[in-house]
Amino acid sequence: MTMTKMTLKTEGDKHIVVTRRFEASPEEVYRAHTEPSIIQKWLLGPDGWTMPVCVSEARSGGKIRYEWSDGKGKGFYLTGEYLALEPFRRIVHVERMHLPDPTPDNHVETTFEQDGSGTLMTMRMTLPDANTRAAMLATGMEHGMEASYVRLEAIL
Amino acid sequence: MQGLDVAFSALSDQTRRAILSRLAAGEATVMELAQPFAMSQPAISRHLRVLEEAGLILRRVDGAKRPCRLAPDGITAIDQWLGVFRKALEANYARLDKVLATKTVQRKGKQ
Repeated sequence: MTMTKMTLKTEGDKHIVVTRRFEASPEEVYRAHTEPSIIQKWLLGPDGWTMPVCVSEARSGGKIRYEWSDGKGKGFYLTGEYLALEPFRRIVHVERMHLPDPTPDNHVETTFEQDGSGTLMTMRMTLPDANTRAAMLATGMEHGMEASYVRLEAIL
Repeated sequence: MQGLDVAFSALSDQTRRAILSRLAAGEATVMELAQPFAMSQPAISRHLRVLEEAGLILRRVDGAKRPCRLAPDGITAIDQWLGVFRKALEANYARLDKVLATKTVQRKGKQ
């Protein structure tokens, strides 16, 4: 059931669109995307990684800073800024990874719509160009997405 | 994963993506591929070499011509790789499902 709920597609040259349904209210899903103590529980990536630092100032102009660690001295971080927030419907922000050089800005619009007893989340990412989009996808791979893949296969 | 790095690097060029789109419609010669672009045949040939080395296209010898077509294996590898990105996101969201379920249970418990 969980595997069929998400869609991921590239759109045109610069966009990536992800949709996912959650069995919770738009308010709860919105808060899971904006409140540091909740973000730290799920936005983690590979097995064994944690997010020791999570700054999420959920207001227009507020700062975002996520720091991930593998607990063995390896890590990387992401910074960003909130551009617009409409509780509990819509979040617009920009983000960039630091590896350690910053990647080009990823502009992200995330919406939360009531869908029966749950919530439909739509995340639309806009990269500066196709090259950046390919590089962004590739970066995720380098940072152990293969481990996530293996772990998920184990669950299935 | 080095092969994919090469493939994505090859895909980072607009002309090369246009060439692949054209080849999706079927086999074509260098001359046919060069036609829609304001580019010399040697320039197109250089792009074709990059695509060939990335494993995205195949070429065969037909007299003096070397027609090109899509390499199914290379294209499949890219599709699968997007699948990996998808599964990584899905792993995060599966975790979020658990977090949300816990919160919902707590909320209901309080009522």
